[in-house]
Amino acid sequence: MSENLTPSGEPSYLQYKGRYRGIFAWIFSTDHKRVGLLYLWSIMTFFIVGAILGLLMKMELISPGKNIMGPQTYNGFFTLHGIIMIFLIVIPGLPAVFGNFFLPIMIGARDVAFPRLNLTSWWLYMLGAVVVLTSQFTGGGPPDTGWTFYAPYSFQTPTNMLPAVTGAFILGFSSILTGLNFIVTIHRMRAPGMSWFKMPLFPWSLYATAWIQVIATPIVGVTLLMIIAERTLNIGFFNPALGGDPILYQHLFWIYSHPAVYIMILPAMGAISEIIPTFSRKTIFGYKAIIASTVAIAFVGYFVWGHHMFTSGMSGVALYTFSILTFLVAIPSAIKVFNWVSTMHKASINLQTPFYWAVSFIFVFMIGGFSGLVLGALSTNVHLHDTHFVVAHFHFIVFGGTGFAFFGAMHYWFPKVFGRQYDAGWANIGWLTFFIGFVTLYGPMFYLGIAGMPRRYYDYVEVFHGGNIISSFGAIILIAGAGIIIANLVKSAIYGEEAKQNPWGGITLEWQVPSPPPLENFDEIPHITKGPYDYS
Amino acid sequence: MDNNGKPHIVPYKNHIAVLAVLLILTALSVAVTSIELGPLTVTVALLLATAKALVVLIYFMHLKFDNIIYSIMVAFVMFSIISIIVITFLDYLFR
Repeated sequence: MSENLTPSGEPSYLQYKGRYRGIFAWIFSTDHKRVGLLYLWSIMTFFIVGAILGLLMKMELISPGKNIMGPQTYNGFFTLHGIIMIFLIVIPGLPAVFGNFFLPIMIGARDVAFPRLNLTSWWLYMLGAVVVLTSQFTGGGPPDTGWTFYAPYSFQTPTNMLPAVTGAFILGFSSILTGLNFIVTIHRMRAPGMSWFKMPLFPWSLYATAWIQVIATPIVGVTLLMIIAERTLNIGFFNPALGGDPILYQHLFWIYSHPAVYIMILPAMGAISEIIPTFSRKTIFGYKAIIASTVAIAFVGYFVWGHHMFTSGMSGVALYTFSILTFLVAIPSAIKVFNWVSTMHKASINLQTPFYWAVSFIFVFMIGGFSGLVLGALSTNVHLHDTHFVVAHFHFIVFGGTGFAFFGAMHYWFPKVFGRQYDAGWANIGWLTFFIGFVTLYGPMFYLGIAGMPRRYYDYVEVFHGGNIISSFGAIILIAGAGIIIANLVKSAIYGEEAKQNPWGGITLEWQVPSPPPLENFDEIPHITKGPYDYS
Repeated sequence: MDNNGKPHIVPYKNHIAVLAVLLILTALSVAVTSIELGPLTVTVALLLATAKALVVLIYFMHLKFDNIIYSIMVAFVMFSIISIIVITFLDYLFR
């Protein structure tokens, strides 16, 4: 019997013929796996656009003076780059793609709790994306505020703010609905015998993330509505001339947007927590400690938003409080790193591409994390705020963390998703090129920031030239690496060798179903009797 | 485990009582704006809004009759929001 059929002969979700044909069989499918792939194609498309914008910015910065664009275009580019990368890629990122695809399978369910709501989330995501991108081509020109839409500039700029803010508002709804769906799915649809402490760590990370999505996202939704009201009705929430407070905007924005960093990073950590035990062929070290640290990061992460505002004019009490809380959140993050490293200790490691991504994730995440402590300390933050040091820090965390985990997860679950195996040689070359490009691109920015180069300027003085040349060449190497990876995966999805059911020897539930899985995942819902990483 | 909570049929008078309480609290939140409370203005407004939300949650949305897990979830969310507001006011009150 072919491995692509279940014992009862049910075809895979890719072969299944439903009510619709062609593209409609995808965009109207409520199957969680197809919805996951809809997100994957959408996100990869936006990623290519966002990455090209980033590359063009680095080409502008390759030497002092105007090279390929002027200041207004550069402002529009970094705004669009930020909006695309944050709202369209890293926030939905792992939960929307791999969460949708693997959460039901990993907890032994046939689908998410609300399949139609799940598809609605993708439609809202696409609607929000279209509205955001419309802002680039209509009205008074591309928004130039940066992705943070800071007041008072965001209600004063003549550029086309309303579609950008409205689109971000719609994208928030997509995120909330996905979070709600995952919370209900995890509470109500776990297989018999799967108690909370028999649930794998990726679903655990999705659970913590889903709570952030549900609780924090409405706050930014309301804030964006306030910006719309400010621009259209001139109310004065944030306008000092009308008695408003611009710092209130920063509070409201970061109350969401800092936890949003954890929406990005927690599922990434969850994916890494799946990859490392599989390729170490060992039970994960400190399973409950990782769960506790996941929940602790999600919880404490709510209360550290003020570290984005240390130079904004907050009270001294608020400054000290946010600084202390920021240092606290480093503890659970460090616990995870210790657990991953301890899992690898004395393990028979199977060196495959997903494992390379996982260990490089730890490397870049550690650099991003430690540089975060430099920014979390009040005294050093004052010097480094709004410099390239900050740009380096958050790219190491957000792109290094989420991006490396995303590509790691992509390679780890690729055989399961597409039923085909990728070319391991090209995958390793892609990873190495990407890694070298990443460190070359963002590493020099730490130096540039410490030397005093501000962010969001299209030009600089001669003294910053050396670091910028290295960084710009790093961008070219990174784009080459991304090109190799994407080309290899796309080619392999079509022409790759047929994958085995369990090519890595994993023991979580997704490896117990055929590759690719059948429409309803399981012939019979499994009964869970032991922990998710029991290699004994 | 019973996931659906206690079986219940709520009489109409309960809904009318909820409506009355909400109207009274709304009137109170308007009336209180005429009193100069200084830094406590926002606190009072938030307390009245919280009271209204609790009445809706507990009686109108039947949280009272549901499994305890839902009350715990709502309490957790409320605790988070209250903590966020308190921390925000560490800026405004000490600025």
